[in-house]
Amino acid sequence: MTSPASIRSPLALDAPPLLALEGLSIRFDMRDGQVHAVSDIDLSVKPGEVFALVGESGSGKSVTALSIMGLLPTPPAIVSGSIRFEGQDLTTLRNRAMSKIRGKEIGMVFQDPMSSLNPVHTVGKQIGESLRLHFGMNRRDAHGRAIELLDRVGIPDAASRASDHPHEFSGGMRQRAVIAMALACDPKLLIADEPTTALDVTVQSQIVQLIRDLQQERHMAVIWITHDLGVVAEIADRVAVMYGGRVMEQGSASDVYAATRHPYTSGLLRAIPGIDRSTATKLAEIPGTPTTIFAPLTACAFHHRCPMTEPGCTSSVPELMATDRPGHESSCIHHEELAAAGNIWLDDASTIQPDRSRSDDRVIVTVEDLKVHFPIRRRSGRARGTVRAVDGVNLEIHTGRTLGVVGESGCGKTTLGRTLVGLIEPTAGSIRVDGSDDDTHRTIQMIFQDPFSSMNPGMRVRDVIEEPLRILSMGSSGERESRVAELLEMVGLPTDAAERYPHEFSGGQRQRIAIARALAADPQVIVCDEPVSALDVSVQAQIVNLLRDIQDTHGLAFLFIAHDLAVVRHISDEVAVMYLGQIVERSSRDDLYREPLHPYTKALLAAVPVPDPSVSHSAAPLRGDLPSPSNPPSGCRFHTRCPVAVPGMCDTQPPPLLEVSSERWVACHLVGSDQPHKRPQTGGEQS
Amino acid sequence: MTPPAIPANRPRRLLPRSLADRLGWFGAIIVGFLILMAVFAPRLAPYDPSERVARPFLPPSSEHLLGTNDVGQDLLSELIFGARVSLTVGIVAAVVAMLIGTTVGVIAGYYPKRLGSVLMRFVDVVLILPFLPLLIVLAAYLGRSLTNTIIVIGVLIWAAPARIIRSQVLSLRSREYVLASRSMGAKDRWVILRHILPRTGLLATGSFVRAISGAILLEAALSFLGLGDPIQKSWGSILFWAQSRGAFLTPAWKWWVLPPGLAIMAASLGFALIAFAVEERINPKL
Repeated sequence: MTSPASIRSPLALDAPPLLALEGLSIRFDMRDGQVHAVSDIDLSVKPGEVFALVGESGSGKSVTALSIMGLLPTPPAIVSGSIRFEGQDLTTLRNRAMSKIRGKEIGMVFQDPMSSLNPVHTVGKQIGESLRLHFGMNRRDAHGRAIELLDRVGIPDAASRASDHPHEFSGGMRQRAVIAMALACDPKLLIADEPTTALDVTVQSQIVQLIRDLQQERHMAVIWITHDLGVVAEIADRVAVMYGGRVMEQGSASDVYAATRHPYTSGLLRAIPGIDRSTATKLAEIPGTPTTIFAPLTACAFHHRCPMTEPGCTSSVPELMATDRPGHESSCIHHEELAAAGNIWLDDASTIQPDRSRSDDRVIVTVEDLKVHFPIRRRSGRARGTVRAVDGVNLEIHTGRTLGVVGESGCGKTTLGRTLVGLIEPTAGSIRVDGSDDDTHRTIQMIFQDPFSSMNPGMRVRDVIEEPLRILSMGSSGERESRVAELLEMVGLPTDAAERYPHEFSGGQRQRIAIARALAADPQVIVCDEPVSALDVSVQAQIVNLLRDIQDTHGLAFLFIAHDLAVVRHISDEVAVMYLGQIVERSSRDDLYREPLHPYTKALLAAVPVPDPSVSHSAAPLRGDLPSPSNPPSGCRFHTRCPVAVPGMCDTQPPPLLEVSSERWVACHLVGSDQPHKRPQTGGEQS
Repeated sequence: MTPPAIPANRPRRLLPRSLADRLGWFGAIIVGFLILMAVFAPRLAPYDPSERVARPFLPPSSEHLLGTNDVGQDLLSELIFGARVSLTVGIVAAVVAMLIGTTVGVIAGYYPKRLGSVLMRFVDVVLILPFLPLLIVLAAYLGRSLTNTIIVIGVLIWAAPARIIRSQVLSLRSREYVLASRSMGAKDRWVILRHILPRTGLLATGSFVRAISGAILLEAALSFLGLGDPIQKSWGSILFWAQSRGAFLTPAWKWWVLPPGLAIMAASLGFALIAFAVEERINPKL
């Protein structure tokens, strides 16, 4: 059934490739023009290796995967070149023949586990489906095999969970079920398209580890498609970096990361705020944004954004060529110079971020014992229960400083931010804003996650930016106009952008508009709710740097909400970690990342993938998913997942948030346990 | 850094592309023709429709293309001037309906909890009211005048647009740009005027055109029952007089009954086709 388990078979380097793409081009003929998604790429995947396909949005990575599976709709897609799987050209196969390979020889895992499962069938039935299809198994055998598979992918109590429907599974379990489905027929190749992007970081590391284990156990090849260079470093044997439908660089993971031979890869690696990267310097910016290719390439796809561009780059499309390292190829004609020069992006020394002194700051926002509860109503309107989205949060925001709030989805961080700007009425507790009498909106503004939905598509950029001014009745129309021009310049957009509509801008540019809008009323505090997580990696760095510059010049206070611990580390002065509506640890940035005290913080940090293949991978630190905030565990809310929970104490008594050392608060019985029975810090009781 | 390049806006196509579009253009041609007829009625009509110009009950002739009615008025001129009344009532009643419907729909959608559910129950009641009997009672009670016809029709047909608009507002109010606006301190009034109403406009256009089509039919029905304005004859009132003078049973139906009937059908169909095309175009974007 399966190959002998848990023997890591050495990579057969000279084995014939399992999958070879030769001269693969994919074009979409749309009504108003052509889109060249993939242009003449050659790739090969050997049996039993993990091959990572890395790129930003529009790089052609997902389209490549779909073309291997034969899942592209033709028309409008036009696929040329060959896709050889075990020597057989898949592009010439008819649909019938292809469906014998699909699911049986090649399995696929998609990004969103909810939409890859059919909500009306049980999970077990869906896993058994391909077994019945490809092996003609009967219902009972297929069900038995489905239970084995669910058990293998780590679903506890698989025999009974197999008859559950997808909505009864949590996000992480659903992705495990989808993996079980892809593995059902023991494929030789697994294609995973952003399999962990929709998951929280602790669940992500569980899934990465699961796929790594399964791959070694079954000697299966994996194509891992992602934009996340951190995850790639944890799992990949070989890496290909794509941009604009071309392969920029490919080679072993260690070569691509440590001996980068393409300016794009090098820029990407410098643009990501690693968890252990120095925070003293700015992130390197790749100027511009990824673009869609509407005409056949005649030059290097990256030449618009590359600092090394010279006439040679635009005269022809560069092919992949061997570099100084074996098996490592780059399509940059300057790869030799790059090997000699090292870093061609920003000179680190010239971009030192000023360290902010704490001497002149003051508390601008004080949040005391804030609670936000949402009733869950029956159809009759009677309350059935309560979601305790925020449940007793105390914090202060200081002028000129950034308080980062991190936590997994459902921890209440977004609710906290929205309550601060007055979108949600607090159930209990207080929010005091210093220096403003009645109108907190003039003091606190907000930047949202998705730059595409946070702007009214029918309004011009000018109207978008001046909206807060008009709402707050600030300035005459002439003053507003000059303010808009000033703000556009501040966020690095041309002034003629004012007369355009939001849809004419890319994601990064729209986030700049959102920043200009948040700045318009000259606030003192800006709540940033995941402001860069919807953006491409190369654009994230631009926005993070812009936010820091603006903060420094205006002395703004930020509440920076994010799930990405590396981004939070880069921008924050102080960090609060939230779990199920409560802050479990709050401390200065450096202390928290250097020496996390709460077991949850430790687990979160250990789960963050490091974009360096030479760092050894730790085992997934946490089991299971976040419990439901409508029915939080008793005692310490983390005790159900905590590796060090003490029965009898952690599951009965809620730990108070105590100041364990100067400016450092932890809510854990096992930290600072010399005074375990001190009363909880609830400043709201007096007010 | 240098300002990033902004991609040029793609040109929008203006030519029809689907069946719905073609039907819509067909409807627009019918409606355009009828509107021209109404606007230039004094020039187009050979006679003054309120004057006795010939003997009563004349069959069609070269002088009177559609003959004359029971008092000797020219039927063709009545038909041409009738377009003015029918279209005016249809359009103005639809405007009234849209004003009520949009107000109720926006309020019910923006405050979906208590106020919204009360309003929508009321809308449900209006929707299940037996139309024609109520229309007749109201019209008889208020008296026969153009204004009353418009009001009666308007207050009866606003419920369907209200439901459509409410569903759109429900979706709009949770959009992030509405949240963004509220996070800047915008009051409900601001959000509704700046973000909600402009974005429901397109949808309301479809409902509006459909309401015109319905209102024209209702006006015809009312007038046919003799509840229209006695001074200004619409297509429906021509039919009323034709009926009361027995024209339905004589050969005169060909020139007295058929032309206004066809005109009513053409007007209603024309607007309905436009509404179909408009809705076809906007609905996928919901």
